Amino acid sequence: MTKEEIIQKGSLAYEKPSLLNNNTMHYCPGCSHGVIHKLIAEVIEEMGMADKAIGVSPVGCGVFIYKYLDIDFQEAAHGRAPALATGIKRVLPDRLVFTYQGDGDAAGIGGNETLHALNRGEGITIIFINNAIYGMTGGQMSPMTLMGQVTATSPYGREAAIHGYPLKLAEIAAQLEGTAYVTRQSVESVAAIRKAKLALKKAFQISMEEKGSCLVEFVGTCSSGWKMTPVDANKWMSEQMFLYYPKGDLKDITKKEKS
Amino acid sequence: MAKIRGAVVIDQDRCKGCRLCVVACPTQTLALSTTSVNHRGYAFSEDVNPDACIGCSSCAQVCPDGCITVYKIREE
Repeated sequence: MTKEEIIQKGSLAYEKPSLLNNNTMHYCPGCSHGVIHKLIAEVIEEMGMADKAIGVSPVGCGVFIYKYLDIDFQEAAHGRAPALATGIKRVLPDRLVFTYQGDGDAAGIGGNETLHALNRGEGITIIFINNAIYGMTGGQMSPMTLMGQVTATSPYGREAAIHGYPLKLAEIAAQLEGTAYVTRQSVESVAAIRKAKLALKKAFQISMEEKGSCLVEFVGTCSSGWKMTPVDANKWMSEQMFLYYPKGDLKDITKKEKS
Repeated sequence: MAKIRGAVVIDQDRCKGCRLCVVACPTQTLALSTTSVNHRGYAFSEDVNPDACIGCSSCAQVCPDGCITVYKIREE
């Protein structure tokens, strides 16, 4: 059977989600953002929420997410996405409101906004992409940069005496009364992508039920900022970042309800 | 014995040649082009061994740019 015959007679096993449009993404080759955009599009499509989803885009590499996903979007000032999402959710409580933020936006500049929005238990989901670096501006050290990691602004590696320690935002969020679901995922392999998709769907569902706020952290790669090939970046992430940022659910109130 | 056959369609103009699909493919169906580049100068992904494809869609799932569409069929 030739390729053309399989395409004609066979069934479709996978195609780009329809909410992800044909604009070419500005991301570097192999960037985790692309996979996470696809997951968001797939989950919203499966939930049938395309008309009711409102995203808030950050400042950082993820800023142009509104150009790639065909749902409503609002662009926030740097780090202020959770505050904007709070406003949107309070005015339009039937909408699926989420923010999409990098580590510089959510943990650095917007750390205060992020923690207070989560602690208020707003029915929003914060999608937090942690790639340990300020990717858009050229790979400077971020709050999430690992100890000893060399970046443009820590050329001898991150040192505790000078730069302090990496911030475990998800662990902090899990301690807050207002959060309903806090999880840490990644998208480096097919298995990880499947798990991440389930986690994202769960977070969206919990935030729609207004049980509390949700934080979905994705440990991601920045192959340009880390100065590696995309394949090596995935390997480095699996070997180094998962040690400090272990994957899994950190808080899940729906599990407590069942038991 | 029934055999699952697959076929991939790659949007080569959209491809950025990150090689993640090549690594994710369990059957070595895909490889980056060695003789040509697309209009943006990237070596794009090609199905160099189409007969090996089993339609698992691993390549399509890891593709950050959503360039790959996968079809599959059960061959008796």
